[in-house]
Amino acid sequence: MHMERGVEVTDLSIWYGQKLVLKNVSLFANRGEILGVIGPSNSGKSSLLKCINRTLEFIPRARVEGSVRVEGLDVSAYSAHSLRRKVGMVFPLPVGLPLSIYENVAFAPRMAGIHRKVVLDELVERCLRQSALWDEVKDRLGMLGSKLSGGQQQRLTIARALSHEPEVLCLDEFSIAVDPVTTMRIEDVLTDLKKSITIILVTNLVQQARRLADRVAFINDGKLVEFDLTDTIYGEHPREKLTFDYVRGHFG
Amino acid sequence: MNWRRIGESAMESLIRLCGVSAVLFVFGILIFVFREGQDFMFNRLDFGEFFTQIAWRPTAEPPTYGALALISGTVGVTLVAMALAIPFGLGTAVFLSEFCSWRWKEALKITIELLAAIPSVVWGFIGITLMNELVIYITHVPVGVNVLNAGIILALMSVPIIVSIGEDALKAVPDGYREAAEALGATRWEVVYKVLFPAAKNGLLAAVLLGVGRAVGETMAVLMATGHSIRLIFDGQAPFFHPLYPGRTLTATIAAELGETSKGSDHYQVLFVIGLLLFVITFVINFSADLIVRGIRKE
Repeated sequence: MHMERGVEVTDLSIWYGQKLVLKNVSLFANRGEILGVIGPSNSGKSSLLKCINRTLEFIPRARVEGSVRVEGLDVSAYSAHSLRRKVGMVFPLPVGLPLSIYENVAFAPRMAGIHRKVVLDELVERCLRQSALWDEVKDRLGMLGSKLSGGQQQRLTIARALSHEPEVLCLDEFSIAVDPVTTMRIEDVLTDLKKSITIILVTNLVQQARRLADRVAFINDGKLVEFDLTDTIYGEHPREKLTFDYVRGHFG
Repeated sequence: MNWRRIGESAMESLIRLCGVSAVLFVFGILIFVFREGQDFMFNRLDFGEFFTQIAWRPTAEPPTYGALALISGTVGVTLVAMALAIPFGLGTAVFLSEFCSWRWKEALKITIELLAAIPSVVWGFIGITLMNELVIYITHVPVGVNVLNAGIILALMSVPIIVSIGEDALKAVPDGYREAAEALGATRWEVVYKVLFPAAKNGLLAAVLLGVGRAVGETMAVLMATGHSIRLIFDGQAPFFHPLYPGRTLTATIAAELGETSKGSDHYQVLFVIGLLLFVITFVINFSADLIVRGIRKE
């Protein structure tokens, strides 16, 4: 069966000044699948995500080689803003913008030129339902988003990332500031979402990638150690011994 | 004997004293200004005349004390100053904190702080000489020391305050907000006015109000640059506001006349009534700012 490539990374290297943080990484994520990216902290996983929506450009002295394609097109072929509307991004610590819950979700659609209240209302409700937050906030949409609890804010940022109907959703350690129950709920949301879009999940939690991902990339110290189907990575015989040790918690 | 506890409580009382003293000073000044002017204010001052008449002739016989032109001067100069300083100051603050490279930023900040260090008399010189010529050249009025001139000078004096406090307020906005908004596809300008302005509005408001406070209270530069003549800046004639008229402010009147009065005379006392009026104006500005900030917080 031919799968459509949501994101394809080829020979990607990233430098911060003189320091090489990611070396010759090649991997891909298919539409309809979740790609899990695992590895110890500081191994370059987040930098990889920043290349996909080109927010790496904000870091002074950062340099990139290789290519990243989103939906078949190189990221440099998009304007930064149209790219970021195609790629939703969820950060490790939830950032409720200093706006109401409603305005947090309506932020991106408004910038895209949607102003009709009926359309926005419908869109806000759909995104909040998708991120499993609607029932908790539907009576107080005017409240400041930053007043929600950590777990709720993280779901709000997911709702916000979905609000511009991205083709690709990147999540960077979304469960760091979230309790286990909420984590499970968000995981259910992701499993549901992947039917229609490409999801890249960067995580420190080895078992989370196992639960959710269809393919897993293991990055260690800036190098891609192994990239394969989840069952292979977590099975008895991954290609690399390092992978075997890492997923069983022998190091890291 | 527990010396640590004694030291601790001594420090605590000292700090408490510092806190209380601020309140004491404010009330002390208020009471002093009130005491000097109260006899005249309650017994002989005609408030109707004070607030509605233009004629300010405290040395004429009989004297008249109409302060309307002075009030209009203060309001007019402040309006011109703020109309220039708020957009310019906030614009500079945004540029410094969001768009400027690191090296430029340091150079610009030092220069702007230098602007704040210029004594107000020197600003007055600039008003009388350079700005005077400039105003005459551009607007073709016969005399260039007027409300516009003083307003421009005051704007230049308020900008450093607005810039440095405004920039602090913007810098205090967490970087996560910028990243989140940019990841949603916002342009840098959209980040500024959709995210940073709402997030930093308390600080920015404080910056603007301190600028207004400076403009209302500034004396020396204004005394030199307004032309110091008693004339209504606002009137029924279109365009209703005449920044090209020379004017006179409340503060400049006190500074110019207090030295010539004998202590306790009516003239002396009426200047303290003006002082009281200035006190009330600044109090109202600060208090309403406080209410606005509180209202924003409650939301």
